[in-house]
Amino acid sequence: MTTTTEPAGPAGKTPGRSGGLSPRKRQQIIRYVQYAVFVGLVVVAALLADWPRLSDQFLNFGKLEGRWGTLFTTALKNTIIYTLLAYAVGMVIGLVVALMRLSQAAPYRWFALVFIEIFRGLPALLILVLFAFVLPVAFPIFANPPGGVYFQVAVGLGLVGAAYMAETIRAGIQAVPKGQLEAARSLGMSRGRAMISIVIPQAFRIVIPPLTNELVLMFKDSSLVFALGVTANEIELTKFGESISIEKVNPTPIIAAGLAYLIITIPLGFVVRRLEARQAKAR
Amino acid sequence: MSAVNHVVEIRDLHKSFGNLEVLKGIDFTVDRGQVICVIGPSGSGKSTLLRCVNLLEEPTKGTVLVDGADLTDPDIDIDAARRQIGMVFQQFNLFPHLKVLDNLTIAQRRVLKRGKAEAVRVARENLAKVGLEDKANSYPAQLSGGQQQRVAIARSLSMDPDLMLFDEPTSALDPELVGDVLTVMRKLAQDGMTMLVVTHEMAFARDVADRVVFMDGGVIVEQGPPSQVISDPQHERTKIFLRRVLDPTHVEVGGASDVDTLDASRSHETGTPPVDPTHRGGGGVGGF
Ligand SMILES: Nc1ncnc2c1ncn2[C@@H]1O[C@H](COP(=O)(O)OP(=O)(O)OP(=O)(O)O)[C@@H](O)[C@H]1O
Ligand SMILES: [Mg+2]
Repeated sequence: MTTTTEPAGPAGKTPGRSGGLSPRKRQQIIRYVQYAVFVGLVVVAALLADWPRLSDQFLNFGKLEGRWGTLFTTALKNTIIYTLLAYAVGMVIGLVVALMRLSQAAPYRWFALVFIEIFRGLPALLILVLFAFVLPVAFPIFANPPGGVYFQVAVGLGLVGAAYMAETIRAGIQAVPKGQLEAARSLGMSRGRAMISIVIPQAFRIVIPPLTNELVLMFKDSSLVFALGVTANEIELTKFGESISIEKVNPTPIIAAGLAYLIITIPLGFVVRRLEARQAKAR
Repeated sequence: MSAVNHVVEIRDLHKSFGNLEVLKGIDFTVDRGQVICVIGPSGSGKSTLLRCVNLLEEPTKGTVLVDGADLTDPDIDIDAARRQIGMVFQQFNLFPHLKVLDNLTIAQRRVLKRGKAEAVRVARENLAKVGLEDKANSYPAQLSGGQQQRVAIARSLSMDPDLMLFDEPTSALDPELVGDVLTVMRKLAQDGMTMLVVTHEMAFARDVADRVVFMDGGVIVEQGPPSQVISDPQHERTKIFLRRVLDPTHVEVGGASDVDTLDASRSHETGTPPVDPTHRGGGGVGGF
């Protein structure tokens, strides 16, 4: 069987070119049709929308006059504080739970598993409410915790974060090659020392992108503080936006609060993608 | 006590993984300053044996004495015992997040509690020994495989071990890098280090080993000086193994391999043209 060298013979009926159009051409046309439909839908939506009313309702930033300072110096600041507190607590407890999950002692493993399942299985809001209202009754020492709502948020959101971070950190620890622990042990390091000096630093390098992502999630979850009774000084972005919206009978403050979230989450998302790309390259 | 001169004394060592019995009763000793090479086919239990000597694997039965201390005693301080035993792995296992110098100082500082200045001095001394003083501030990933393995050797030496274990230290290396590592190991042997080496480098075993141990199927089949085990093996299994290792292209060579065929196999300068066993004339195509 001899194959002709060039498919483009004058009477070129080559296999794979049955119709008049090549697959590439057909693909192109489909793409153009998609664009046209998409643009059409956007234009229709734009024409149908009531722009003056929309901008009056949602882009009426005059409604925030005199409140911009509070938005940034109180609400955004508190959102960041809640996030960082909960993240720090989550990281520490998450690491401990991850190590328990990998422990040679079965009771630790079981405890870690139950912890993870409970705090991943329950809504964060429920846990936060639980910590705010139930614990002070159950344990009187929590009735007046130092730091008030900050403490409640750090523990409540921190435990939820810990459950997710524990699984992430565990995966990171398991991704460190077994030979690393063996090399450390063969140099006379105890298991604990080897974990601290050799395995955990490498594990954290591996899980920095997902842990940063967890920070983004926690930043957004800090909005659940909204459900707790907070004073004006403890207010965070979502509560801030909502209360001013009600006061001014206009949703623009909620948009402003949303933009404030994006100021943090978009750069963080960018950082996560950079870290992931760098790691993918290092493989 | 006979233990004084035995750095390693292994008695009736058994090791099973589940139902798989990998070591089936091993007895042998290593004396101070001796170099023992362990050879044998893949899966014969060489690595397992070596790993039992520093208890990376826990023996199922039997005793392992190192410097007279019984490592199988459940009450022994295994971390203290391991300080005396250096281990070099096939895959180097350098700590990738630490610079070369820190790879060499971390255990000195954390385990031996040496001061920083002393740890650094010892580390540099050992880096010089393996010819890599100038790499102190590199990360392992910036080094070639041969350099990484030499750093790994220097890392073990920095703990001043009584005994060094090597598990196929050159098997993961490109052929042109093997020599550097073997040179370091020869020098170490000359300096009187007690060494237990699992290797496929027969030339090294022949030149350096005081004793060669041939393992197959979880037992020691024969052991003795290299002139005997490598050049004049007594057991059929040893002969077959050596024939395969020394001269992989001539599977049906008649007599026992001797030193000459050994060298010939390392550099393809024999008169006989190599017959490629993979070359099968299928379909009469010209192939290459
Ligand atoms: N952790 C383990 N769990 C289960 N089986 C194991 C384990 N380690 C080793 N084995 C088995 O024990 C046997 C001997 O392994 P070992 O690594 O000691 O052989 P070896 O002589 O070093 O071989 P090689 O030359 O390939 O390194 C093999 O069959 C291997 O599959
Ligand atoms: Mg092996």
